[in-house]
Amino acid sequence: MSERSAIDDQPAQGASGITPPAPVQESALVNAIADKPDSSATDGEFKTVGEYRCQNPYLVAENVDVHYGSNHAIKNVSLEIGKKEVIALIGPSGCGKSTFLRCLNRMNDSIESAVVSGDIRLDGEDIYSKSLDPVVLRARVGIVFQKPNPFPKSIYDNVAYGPRIHGLAADRAELDEIVHSSLERAGLLEEVKDRLDDPGTGLSGGQQQRLCIARTIAINPEVILMDEPCSALDPIATAKVEDLMDQLAQEYSIVIVTHSMQQAARVSRRVAYFHLGHLIEVNDTDTVFTNPEHKLTEDYITGRIG
Amino acid sequence: MTDNSTKAKVEKGLARRRRNELIFRSAGMLATTVGVLFLGVFFFTLIQNGSSAFQQSFVLVDLEFSEDILAPDGELDLEYANFDAIPRNALRAKFPDVTSRSERRELNRLLSISAGYIARDMIEDDPELLGQTVQVWVPAASTVDMLLKGNIDREIVESLRPISDKQIAWVDELVSNERVRKQFNTALFTNGDSREPELAGIRGALMGSFYMLLVTVVLSLPIGAAAAIYLEELAPKNKWADLIEVNINNLAAVPSIVFGLLGLSIFVNWASLPRSAPLVGGLVLALLTLPVIIIASRAAIKAVPPSIREAALGLGASKMQVVFHHVLPLALPGMLTGTIIGMSRALGESAPLLMIGMVAFIVDVPQGLSDPATALPVQIYLWADSPERAFAERTSAAIIVLLGFLLLMNLTAVIIRKRMERKW
Ligand SMILES: Nc1ncnc2c1ncn2[C@@H]1O[C@H](COP(=O)(O)OP(=O)(O)OP(=O)(O)O)[C@@H](O)[C@H]1O
Ligand SMILES: [Mg+2]
Repeated sequence: MSERSAIDDQPAQGASGITPPAPVQESALVNAIADKPDSSATDGEFKTVGEYRCQNPYLVAENVDVHYGSNHAIKNVSLEIGKKEVIALIGPSGCGKSTFLRCLNRMNDSIESAVVSGDIRLDGEDIYSKSLDPVVLRARVGIVFQKPNPFPKSIYDNVAYGPRIHGLAADRAELDEIVHSSLERAGLLEEVKDRLDDPGTGLSGGQQQRLCIARTIAINPEVILMDEPCSALDPIATAKVEDLMDQLAQEYSIVIVTHSMQQAARVSRRVAYFHLGHLIEVNDTDTVFTNPEHKLTEDYITGRIG
Repeated sequence: MTDNSTKAKVEKGLARRRRNELIFRSAGMLATTVGVLFLGVFFFTLIQNGSSAFQQSFVLVDLEFSEDILAPDGELDLEYANFDAIPRNALRAKFPDVTSRSERRELNRLLSISAGYIARDMIEDDPELLGQTVQVWVPAASTVDMLLKGNIDREIVESLRPISDKQIAWVDELVSNERVRKQFNTALFTNGDSREPELAGIRGALMGSFYMLLVTVVLSLPIGAAAAIYLEELAPKNKWADLIEVNINNLAAVPSIVFGLLGLSIFVNWASLPRSAPLVGGLVLALLTLPVIIIASRAAIKAVPPSIREAALGLGASKMQVVFHHVLPLALPGMLTGTIIGMSRALGESAPLLMIGMVAFIVDVPQGLSDPATALPVQIYLWADSPERAFAERTSAAIIVLLGFLLLMNLTAVIIRKRMERKW
């Protein structure tokens, strides 16, 4: 395999190996934090408030830093994601939610300029270790991207692609079954069941997004990463996807990026608030929305930032 | 009070914008017209000069397969029998008052030298013909053909034209007896090259070109595609990649004759491959088209949206699966188009072939990759060099055929692009 990433070149041993240039925004943030007396920030070294740990951790990120060239996009973020938990990542545009999400199944490997350092473990196993093939990782940690990106193939083939390459179905009947149930769970089956052979790219934006969700759940991943899965959906489809998340959360862990506070409040148990690459606060959903610990979180959820 | 609204400002500039558009539009139209005009003149002269070559004059003769001539001692020897005498005698029978030796020779020259071979082939096919008389259309000599096509001026002084007054008179008599007609010139497509224009055909050159392009496509498509895939999808993007890119782009611009020299020194002199063979020509043309194919393929691969790759990677596809399941099918029309364009460039190349000896006078139609051969553009070059008027029209005809093939290939490229193009 010629998977290359800077991670392969340097051991994933925390950020100690690199000394990135300090971005300009850093000082502004520290000042903003310093305004609040109970802030736990001290001289640029930043600590997440709330509880980033959880009881039954399954996917664990520790001291993760991401650089896009000279752009320090994720700054020393630690976050534990529990088994069968839905956690929402919120924060203003450009704060690094997508970047962090993509670290969790090594999608950043394919970005030339991205350098990821730190420790990320799935069920105790270092996902950036050389012995772990990203192919296996991504079959276990599925992702739904921010922009719908169906393959220019039929609807059926879109959903069947994952099961096919991983050999999840023994025969055609089983594959049919997987495709149908995945579409059903993504709330798309009703609309497309008569035209499974039509190209997936011919669907509407919202339908495409649900097709991508169906495609991801078809491989039955243990963790599902969703990057604004409902940004192109109407309220009905959104409700369906949220139902799906509830249902999936019975078995799987879900990390969802969302710009909708209501959605975060509805679906997640915990909420992580990102700001300019820092993980500012992690707390129970109730706490975050009713009584945020950090001033930046409060500003964001009350609409003063973002 | 001056109106300062956006509407007023926009309207103020509107006249200037319209004028610019008009100027640009007329300049574009002028340029297109000039281009079309040149093309029209080119095609017009080409067809005017070349179309007559697709017709060929034939003379009706009564071939008498006389046993006295063919088998004077009772035994017919296909190899040594005097078949040439058969059509000559047939012609002489039509003009009984021609007696002198020099006149008879002039009369003989009305028919193509192939007339004797035709007689022999007939006997070979059907030995029963011996002793019988058969009416056959045999090709006229190229001078007669030229006269009948009006390419020879009858008014000019006799010594300045390739056909004598007497010959003209005989031809006219044959014409009035309805013993001359024009037929489709099959020889042009079934024969190899010849010193006699009426026997010269492009079959040898066509087959040479065909074998050459076969070698070229078999080599350059897979190598070019593999190189493009490697460079786009797998190779690290560093200064080496940049260097390779610059070099490939440069190679595409290297004059083709340089590739010919390279082929001569490597394939012919060093690897001792046969000179003048389509194999070597194909190798050289493969070198020539590789950069074109690599550049076109890379562009096609680049045009595949990265989101498709991400989608597949996100589902756990390996890099190879991403390439073969998603990138390649989407890039294929572009890659094939590039290949066809490269091939049509290879089909039209002559300079590198001159260097590796594919410029020889070759009568036999090549039967394989290592037989000596020429190619269509080289054949055109050879014929264009011949002094006979009859070769001039064949040159144009060969150009028409070459252009026909180029048109066909480019049309295929367009159809592939239209058919297989997918939207995303
Ligand atoms: N492929 C990339 N190459 C370089 N920089 C990038 C790339 N992707 C993101 N960035 C940078 O990283 C930072 C975080 O981007 P990211 O996409 O993670 O934000 P986000 O929180 O998902 O924003 P949004 O809510 O708008 O999707 C931004 O400053 C962005 O410019
Ligand atoms: Mg994002």
